[in-house]
Amino acid sequence: MALLEVRNLCIAVGSGGALLPVVEDVSFTVEAGRTLGIVGESGCGKSLTSLAIMGLLEGSQVRITGGEIRFAGRELTKLPAAERRAIMGDQMAMIFQEPMTSLNPVYRIGDQIVEVLRQHRSMSRRDALVRAAELLALVRIPGPAERLKSYPHQLSGGMRQRVMIAMAIACDPSLLIADEPTTALDVTVQAQILDLLADLQARTGMAVVLISHDLGVIAETCQTIAVMYRGRIVESASAAGLFAAPRHPYTSGLMASIPDADADCETLPAIAGRVPRIDERIGGCAFHPRCPRAASRCAIEPPATATYPEDHVVLCHFPEEAAP
Amino acid sequence: MTAPLLAVRNLKTHFRAGRSWPFGPRAATLKAVDGVSFEIQAGEVLGLVGESGCGKSTVGRTLTRLEPSTSGEALLEGQDILQLSQAAFRPLRGQIQMIFQDPFASLNPRLTIEQTLAEPLRIHRLATTAKEARARIAEILTLVGLDPKVMTRHPHQFSGGQRQRIAIARVMILSPRLVIADEPVSALDVSIQAQVLNLIKEIQRKSSVAMLFISHDLGVVRHISDRVAVMYLGRIVETGPKAEVFARPSHPYTRLLLESTPRPDPARAGRRAKALGEPASAAAPPPGCSFHPRCPFATERCRIEAPAYAALSDNHGSACHNIAALPGKQANE
Repeated sequence: MALLEVRNLCIAVGSGGALLPVVEDVSFTVEAGRTLGIVGESGCGKSLTSLAIMGLLEGSQVRITGGEIRFAGRELTKLPAAERRAIMGDQMAMIFQEPMTSLNPVYRIGDQIVEVLRQHRSMSRRDALVRAAELLALVRIPGPAERLKSYPHQLSGGMRQRVMIAMAIACDPSLLIADEPTTALDVTVQAQILDLLADLQARTGMAVVLISHDLGVIAETCQTIAVMYRGRIVESASAAGLFAAPRHPYTSGLMASIPDADADCETLPAIAGRVPRIDERIGGCAFHPRCPRAASRCAIEPPATATYPEDHVVLCHFPEEAAP
Repeated sequence: MTAPLLAVRNLKTHFRAGRSWPFGPRAATLKAVDGVSFEIQAGEVLGLVGESGCGKSTVGRTLTRLEPSTSGEALLEGQDILQLSQAAFRPLRGQIQMIFQDPFASLNPRLTIEQTLAEPLRIHRLATTAKEARARIAEILTLVGLDPKVMTRHPHQFSGGQRQRIAIARVMILSPRLVIADEPVSALDVSIQAQVLNLIKEIQRKSSVAMLFISHDLGVVRHISDRVAVMYLGRIVETGPKAEVFARPSHPYTRLLLESTPRPDPARAGRRAKALGEPASAAAPPPGCSFHPRCPFATERCRIEAPAYAALSDNHGSACHNIAALPGKQANE
């Protein structure tokens, strides 16, 4: 059985009395020890999906309108809030893009890690501090015992993200959700943080859901990839399968439009049009106004999924056939 | 070689941080730009690449006089623009224009697009009548790929990519000699980034305006630039023609940047270069070569003595003590 199974998840945003769908019919599974990458542009619903899994949509304008989230055999959307909180931060944890806004600026980082440990484990403060220093050493922060006394502003962006990771793995979660964990960091630091995450994963066997807009980061980190556009997964496959033969026009368009650091070209093959706003209603396939292969059918009829070998799934009327 | 359009020599921009509390100690001087020299030929695009805090944006802001320089000179066709009085510099502002990163912050939300674009025309007296101004605005909107009919709208009615097009129109309407583009596509989605990059490149080719293109993204810099300068902690560590720098990066920092950049290639997973440490702060740069704490090739000399910039070939140069001893660049995988 998969560790995490999301089935037909739908999320909507309340806006002036109306409910605007922002995530529609999203399904995927994550096995223990594996990494799933969710890639897409701003507003595609990738972050909302991760917040829904974590249970962080409560009390906002955004709500789950359908579907199931099964984690380790339990259906999370039906659980009472108290039980969800016991899972959150313990068996599943999350790191965010901006470590400065995720850390509390007026508490020492040691106290913030201790809080997580004391919330979920019956630990004395002294034991928790010892464990916190171990965790900082684990995420390769030099001088961990002294660093416990630092405030977030005394650390660099990369160090803050390491502290966030230390807090996330404090209770040995079986699932880590990383929402754009390296987007705010420089490339050299990004490489270090991605290596750290891979090492921790190899050591603890946790599953990771990595959310990013950066196909490069996704390609180098994940075993399976889901590409989202306008609230739907338009293509999912193994990393090797997706990059070798993308079948959805959006996926191939996205890949082609990235400026290559290893080759020159005169004009980038850009995707036409713009990213739709959430209050726009697009009939048929949501990508059809921008799609180079769109036909009249695409504007009327929503596409059904087509399945190819090796769990390669595409949501398109006219998927690209693999080159022989 | 003909005289360059812009020659920057030993430019320094230092910031004096204030006291953090009354009567407290003065913070050390922050040397954001500390001895930068480069040239831009007419019609050329120079890409300035580096990580956050390396001073690349400060270079651009100093050249547009948004920050006062500490020392050094910037000669625009022989005239030092850093020494001019504000009044004497004002007519030159039309010739040196800047595109900013965030099109949500750089456009006045209260002005229509027509008002936004008419303002530079009025200030620089490029249009005498309203009719003439409107014709010029329609022309420039078409150039950046927008329908002239949108000129009555306000910025909030546009997407990020369209706003950046408007920002480009506002710059190009003055027919500048030099455009400083500071991360102009970093705030945009990947699919939109490609459109705007294509537009900038096309306009640059058509108008042959010279450009200083500031970015942290090596792929973007490679796409747009003729020549590349790599900055680390306030100094340029390597410059050269794009093809040279990307095929044969000489400075260890350039190599690290290239190897750390993720590629959309799953086969590359786990083969990334390991960077040592984190970028130092410009407020407390390490002694000697400021890159030495992160450099796998650092020797004793690097800890003591700052390397001078040395030419490798005609126009490819690097500031490293150990250039000769470095292993050759492996074939690009």
